[in-house]
Amino acid sequence: MKARPVVWLTWGALAFFMVNLVGIVGAVVTNSFAESWFGTWLPNGYTGKWYGEAWRDYRLLDVLTVTFQVAIAVVVISVLIGVPTAYALARRNFPGKKLLNVLFLLPILMPPMTYGIPLATVLYKFQLAGSMFGVIAANLVPAVPFVVLTMTPFIEQIDTKIESAARMCGANTFAIFTRVLAPLLVPGILAASILVLVRTVGMFELTFLTAGPTSQTLVVSLYEAMSSAGIRPQQMVDSMAVIYTGSMLVLLVIALRFVNPTQLVTRLKDTA
Amino acid sequence: MTSHISGQRFAELHLDHVQRAFGDTVALKGMDLTIKGGEFVALLGPSGCGKSTALNCLAGLLPLTGGRITLDGKRIDDLPPEKRGFGMVFQNYALFPHMSVRRNIGFGLSMRKTPKAELKRRVDEAVRLVQLEEHQHKFPAQLSGGQQQRVAIARAIVLEPPLVLMDEPLSNLDAALRLEMRTEIRRLHQSLGLTTVYVTHDQEEALALADRLVVLRLGEVQQVGSPEEVYAHPVNQYVAGFMGYRNMIPVDVTSQEGEHATVHTDDGIKLVGVKREELTGQAVAAVRPEDFTVVSEVGENTLEAVVEIVEYHGREQAVEARLRNGSPLHIRTNSRLAPGDTIRLKVPVERVLVFS
Amino acid sequence: MTATLEQPKASVRHRLAEKGVDRVLWLLVPGAVFVILLFVYPFLYGLQLSFQPKGGGNPFQNYITFFSDEYLAETVWITLRLGLPAALFNVLASIPIAFRMRGRFRGKRALTTLLVIPITLGTVLTAEGLLAFFGPTGWFNRIWLALGADEPAKLTHNYWGVLFSLIITGFPFAFLLTLSYLSGIDPTLEQAAATLGASRRQRFRTITMPLLAPGLAVTFCLSFVLAFSVFPSAVMVGNPAGETHVMSIAAYETALRDNDFAMGSAIAMLMALVMLIVIGVVLIWRTTLYRGATGGKG
Repeated sequence: MKARPVVWLTWGALAFFMVNLVGIVGAVVTNSFAESWFGTWLPNGYTGKWYGEAWRDYRLLDVLTVTFQVAIAVVVISVLIGVPTAYALARRNFPGKKLLNVLFLLPILMPPMTYGIPLATVLYKFQLAGSMFGVIAANLVPAVPFVVLTMTPFIEQIDTKIESAARMCGANTFAIFTRVLAPLLVPGILAASILVLVRTVGMFELTFLTAGPTSQTLVVSLYEAMSSAGIRPQQMVDSMAVIYTGSMLVLLVIALRFVNPTQLVTRLKDTA
Repeated sequence: MTSHISGQRFAELHLDHVQRAFGDTVALKGMDLTIKGGEFVALLGPSGCGKSTALNCLAGLLPLTGGRITLDGKRIDDLPPEKRGFGMVFQNYALFPHMSVRRNIGFGLSMRKTPKAELKRRVDEAVRLVQLEEHQHKFPAQLSGGQQQRVAIARAIVLEPPLVLMDEPLSNLDAALRLEMRTEIRRLHQSLGLTTVYVTHDQEEALALADRLVVLRLGEVQQVGSPEEVYAHPVNQYVAGFMGYRNMIPVDVTSQEGEHATVHTDDGIKLVGVKREELTGQAVAAVRPEDFTVVSEVGENTLEAVVEIVEYHGREQAVEARLRNGSPLHIRTNSRLAPGDTIRLKVPVERVLVFS
Repeated sequence: MTATLEQPKASVRHRLAEKGVDRVLWLLVPGAVFVILLFVYPFLYGLQLSFQPKGGGNPFQNYITFFSDEYLAETVWITLRLGLPAALFNVLASIPIAFRMRGRFRGKRALTTLLVIPITLGTVLTAEGLLAFFGPTGWFNRIWLALGADEPAKLTHNYWGVLFSLIITGFPFAFLLTLSYLSGIDPTLEQAAATLGASRRQRFRTITMPLLAPGLAVTFCLSFVLAFSVFPSAVMVGNPAGETHVMSIAAYETALRDNDFAMGSAIAMLMALVMLIVIGVVLIWRTTLYRGATGGKG
């Protein structure tokens, strides 16, 4: 194939972007292992001690536990609420369906700040802000619509005749759900769960607005650590950031095993 | 109805050892073929035989990995598809979903910067030719399968291409529509005289449409010939099987003299047939279901079988019977038979083909 | 209700069945309750709160204050000046790269993963990295100076730092979406255009772009939402009191730092309004495009 200028330009720009990206990530990783690093090409000595100190000082074990608890709770609840909703939306036409569709689309389209501030206000009013409950509730707001949005087309492509066939074989509604639909939906639920997990672990604004000192997730304590830097060495913040990115990377690699990124299209085409 | 559409005729399109490999698998192994101007050639074979690969190579959608293609002596296999100027009808029609029927048909003309008035005249004519006047302002999604098919054909022929390529164009249609469109394609070819290469896996379609058949298997040409030739004189067991010789009776060769061979089944029944290949020891006797006649007495070239299943097909019956040695036999006959009947079947010598 | 009760039971059932209402709809109840309780109610609560200014008086006082205070009013412009170019860049840069990534080739999966990895970085690592890499003594400026520049380029704690951060975090999303929209276009359409004599450029202009455009509109909207809600990076790599004083910062500071929830809600509502206007304009433009199936079969 003849290489055309457009092709070279594309690959060139991509390479430039990648080099800068490697530099940006590399700078943080290098600093997290640096003894000290001021105004030179490379630090003057390497150490792993910052990881230990960050782990202890920022009580990362507690933070990770909270993050994990929040993320799992959000995944489970959003699947339990979202999948039945998606099923009804996929299978039935009824008055008001359009309105409901819009209501489930808005939390994804809105910047988290716009509904996060009123939500935090309401939570403060009911004295729920600062608790784990508040953080989970806030994170559910975009998570449930996300599950509905990803599952609806997934359910639509399951042939209704399969359900009819099960009914003709004598299965009742409950049996159809547990014996026929659930096994068919597992791949979709798994994909949606992992995406919700990634989103929740990475969700800053909503957690930031509603979390108290004992209900912070990793992103939020990372942000707090960075904005209160000065007391502690920069390297500690950096090693914490590396821990965060490392765990996100693990989640993403798992996610990519279950979700083909190019399949996103069928999901978003009909909804947006 | 008169038409001004007609292809720019060429004298000879020549495929010289055309080869296409995908990694380690060779989809098309050195195909040689000469197509004359005005001819309707069908490439026939099951999926994976290389027929679509050959068509895509002709269109320029797949670069060759060996050989050359020449059009009247000019080499064309290094040209991209848009420079070859061939028309193509795709299996899924590939109609542009965002353009109306008229804009789909006129697409090629507008790419060639045809003046507006001429473009309009030629699109009008093509629309009339495929009888889509009522639907010309609709979008593809609003059309039925048959109508989409007509748009695809009109789009390919409006440019009056020297060669029209058709990739299983009827396979997405239901049975009745398929017959109708088959006649339509034949009619268009007869009235316009466009040189056509047609890919199909349906031997009936190929026999009905083509002037010449090319039977392919695993990337290799098995036989090239007129429908009559291929139908009556398949060169090997594979082509015979494709041409409706459903009964392949395993036999041992007793003797060969000239064009004929005498063979016998393992339980001693003697058959005389036409020798189609060099024979040694074991062979296969190929017989079409409709070449058997039910007779009352044992005689020359007669098999004895027990009827197992009878299907009523109107004027005739499709019968599945079993020889005494257990091999199944497919028969089509006018005689009324019932399961359990013992029957004797005679077959003329020239209707038994013996392959190695 | 009383009117329907007098009707025979079967008739009500029939009429509901005609409208498609049956027991399956009970499944909607948890979802509907959830969205009303946690999204609609807080949103409406915020809306009415924004009309109850802290100091009482004119219900529109919060909005009047917002537009008369130049420091606040300016945030709209500042946010748009960051969000629009970032979203536009991410979408436009995705097109040629996604175009190269179609079809099968060796290492495609690896390259896709590489392009998606920035999703895992998170705003803080990106911010730290930008500060270190593009900072006055960072690697970028060392090379920049070595190449003969007179002084280090100022790329952090200003507009550019935030823009870079938005591109790094937003590009993977835009790219994935564009790639999936592009993979949804039947490749035989382009082949058909080629056999009809369309050159590479003509195929791109007349077939691929028109079919891709509606998808690009959606991609732009989602990228814009991401960029428009910029908050942590505007604080960390930007100049949160000046050049990158975006609406999110204004809303957050008023509501939670100054404890003026009414004013904070008013800013949040304005933020939603500005975003809906931009998205509305894009989506209205999108309705003028062909939006049907992009596969081969109608």
